[in-house]
Amino acid sequence: MITAIEKKMDTARKFERVCAILEDYNYDPGKLIPILQAVQEEYRYLPEPVLTFIATSLGLSPAKVYGVATFYAHFALKPKGKYVIKVCDGTACHVKDSMPIVKAIQKKLRITENENTTGDMLFTLETVSCLGACGLAPVVVINETVHSLMNPAKIDKVIDKIYKEEAGNEKVAC
Amino acid sequence: MEENKKIYINGRECNYKDERNLLEVIRKNGINLPTFCYHSELSVYGACRLCIVDIENKGIVSSCSIKPEPEMRVKTHTTELRGIRKISMELLLANHSKECTSCGKSLNCKLQDLASSLGVGDVRFKKREKLIPLDTSSQALVRDPNKCILCGDCVRACDEIQGIGAIDFMNRGSDVQVVPAFDKNLAEVECVDCGQCARVCPTGAIVPKSDIHDVWKELEDPNKVVVAQIAPAVRVAIGELFGMKPGTILTGQIVAALKLMNFDKVFDTSFAADLTVIEEANEFLRRNESKDSLPLFTSCCPGWVKYAEQYYPELLGNLSSCRSPQQMFGSLAKDLLPGQLKINKKDIVVVSIMPCTAKKVEAKRDEFEKNGIPEVDYVITTQELAAMIKEAGLDMNNLAPESLDLPMGFKTGAGVIFGTTGGVSEAVLRYAYEKISGKQLDNPDFKAVRGIEGLREVEVNVGETKLKVAIVHGLANAGKIAEMVKKGEADYSMIEVMACPGGCVGGAGQPVTFDDNTRKERAKGLYECDKMLQLHKAQENPYVKEVYNKHLGEPGGHKAHDLLHTTYRNRKRIFESGFEVLSGTNSQKLEISVCVGTGCYVKGSQNLLHKLIRYIDEQGLQEMVNVKATFCMENCDKGPSVTVGDNLIYACNFEKAVSEINEKLTVLKVD
Repeated sequence: MITAIEKKMDTARKFERVCAILEDYNYDPGKLIPILQAVQEEYRYLPEPVLTFIATSLGLSPAKVYGVATFYAHFALKPKGKYVIKVCDGTACHVKDSMPIVKAIQKKLRITENENTTGDMLFTLETVSCLGACGLAPVVVINETVHSLMNPAKIDKVIDKIYKEEAGNEKVAC
Repeated sequence: MEENKKIYINGRECNYKDERNLLEVIRKNGINLPTFCYHSELSVYGACRLCIVDIENKGIVSSCSIKPEPEMRVKTHTTELRGIRKISMELLLANHSKECTSCGKSLNCKLQDLASSLGVGDVRFKKREKLIPLDTSSQALVRDPNKCILCGDCVRACDEIQGIGAIDFMNRGSDVQVVPAFDKNLAEVECVDCGQCARVCPTGAIVPKSDIHDVWKELEDPNKVVVAQIAPAVRVAIGELFGMKPGTILTGQIVAALKLMNFDKVFDTSFAADLTVIEEANEFLRRNESKDSLPLFTSCCPGWVKYAEQYYPELLGNLSSCRSPQQMFGSLAKDLLPGQLKINKKDIVVVSIMPCTAKKVEAKRDEFEKNGIPEVDYVITTQELAAMIKEAGLDMNNLAPESLDLPMGFKTGAGVIFGTTGGVSEAVLRYAYEKISGKQLDNPDFKAVRGIEGLREVEVNVGETKLKVAIVHGLANAGKIAEMVKKGEADYSMIEVMACPGGCVGGAGQPVTFDDNTRKERAKGLYECDKMLQLHKAQENPYVKEVYNKHLGEPGGHKAHDLLHTTYRNRKRIFESGFEVLSGTNSQKLEISVCVGTGCYVKGSQNLLHKLIRYIDEQGLQEMVNVKATFCMENCDKGPSVTVGDNLIYACNFEKAVSEINEKLTVLKVD
């Protein structure tokens, strides 16, 4: 069980990790992308002050670091939810009706294309171009789990299951 | 072998030597291929695709990014190439807000120019759907992203010429924009207002901010006495906007125009530059004698001053404490003129006419305001003055020259050459030479300091004394030399710094030009001006002598210090306040901030923060403290800076911080 103090130290530890990552890469500005990747692993996104901190430490201008961070879809500048739902909208999934799945998720989670994370920070919805699993179309990936041959009704159940698990977790924590 | 290198352009044999790329060979041979993103002073980008050529056995490539090879056969204007260029232009125009008639860049716009010369008629593509709001936050510049064609010239100018990188690309594909970090406003980032981005922008996406409206208003107010000062670089450039050649000297015509527009008095910033020479040279000689705070950096350029305040706080003591000529003029005018003209100080309006956008911001610095009255009220650029002259319906080509008003309109050549790189050094040398040697300097020219190299050094022997002067322009070069000084590798006596390439003649407020030669011509005009004047040494200016005798006393004396000198401060370039590393939940807790900005970071603040977090963890103090990593407390020269509660600790180390934390926590517990 996580104590309150340990939770508190978590932010501090994340920051310590950023420093360690920078050290691992020898403060080499040429290693900006792997550094950003590693930092994103810690925070699940790239907070603005942390990006500024990285820029200062590497001797790069914050505008340049921001430019790189916004160029790659992999990098997120807004916090993501605990569960990242990726709906494949590549050609195969698209013709097999992936968009109604997106619509269904948006409706269920009360999110939009721009506001794609739920208020409780549980879910983030993204569409991706191809997951390379066209035979299973339409495909939805939630964190590391692949859900194949999806439709609005099926995805509804998957999300409900996660909600139930989360509610269970909370009880345990209390 | 050298002379045998030849290529064939459109079937014609052409020789080439050491040109950097095919584009330059083609242009040298009289074919002006269009470009947006190619500037000889910037790195090759190859984005605009307008300089494409068809090379036999190679196909269509951009000529800026390919080297000429012997026997290359190049075609420049095939039907296919012309078609591609037209389509590229059409696509650029589709995304561009085409409000040409009301655009600040109209008639000087490369996009407008090339669209017409490439014969682009209809634009068949849909317009951009959403308009992006303008960024008017800066006092010097206005950004209009809707006019941006993403050539990246501004990004590279800021990064490569100035070494700052205040703006860069954001996003990708159709969402790309050029923005300051985190899509903030220009006023919220490390921009030093030099405007070199605006100078290279081919469209109206970044332009100098206009203050014309306010100046017209003051001119109309019968209770105000409006006084102008004209910077040296303005007189040799303004003619370009009236069809004249760069370098044409128009001092008299500018005076005439200003008088016709109701300016009461027209003076010369060069007069104040003469004063600067004397103050700065004396300061230099004093320092040189005591070997204190050397090398002396010049301080006339506000772009450089802000840059030094942001990036080299530890060198601020080396900056001359002299105000820039603009501000010397302002403080002197507001001090002298009320008595001379029998008017109230608050009714005097000082308008500077400058080649520079950073001067607009300099005039608004707190140090240059006395009892709520600014010493310089408005700063307008060469471009803005030309716009006023046009609006007033005056014909610059046919104005009879008039003379400047006395006493502050009288200058020597020393004050005039301030407007070009090397000018300040030469002017100071003309003074220092006589002062050190006690002999008269017969030939005032120090040609060795003149030139266009970005970083030059010159040694001048004055009797036994050897003066080593470095001259830099472009802030990236200034950064290089500042690093050398920091490491103790620079044995210069004096370092002249100008932010803009070429010095003030290349300022962002000057008429728009995409010809590198223009700056040289303007500088030539200034040296011409110097030659034509009767006097060439600041110390010979009779009115400057009079001002010292009657008003200021000794150079560097009390009054002179009050009116002609200033102070600098550490200035943050990152406005981000920082981030919480640890946040306690107790109702009463101790606030601890550790600066992790560059200045403190290099002094080990990151490590200090590490240790403190570990200490707090070990001691179980998590609930009683808030720990923050901040970016800059503006005490960089005394870093690492740490605040514990309301106590700011300079040059902090682990022991100091811990003892302060424990002391403060005991008090908290007692409370």
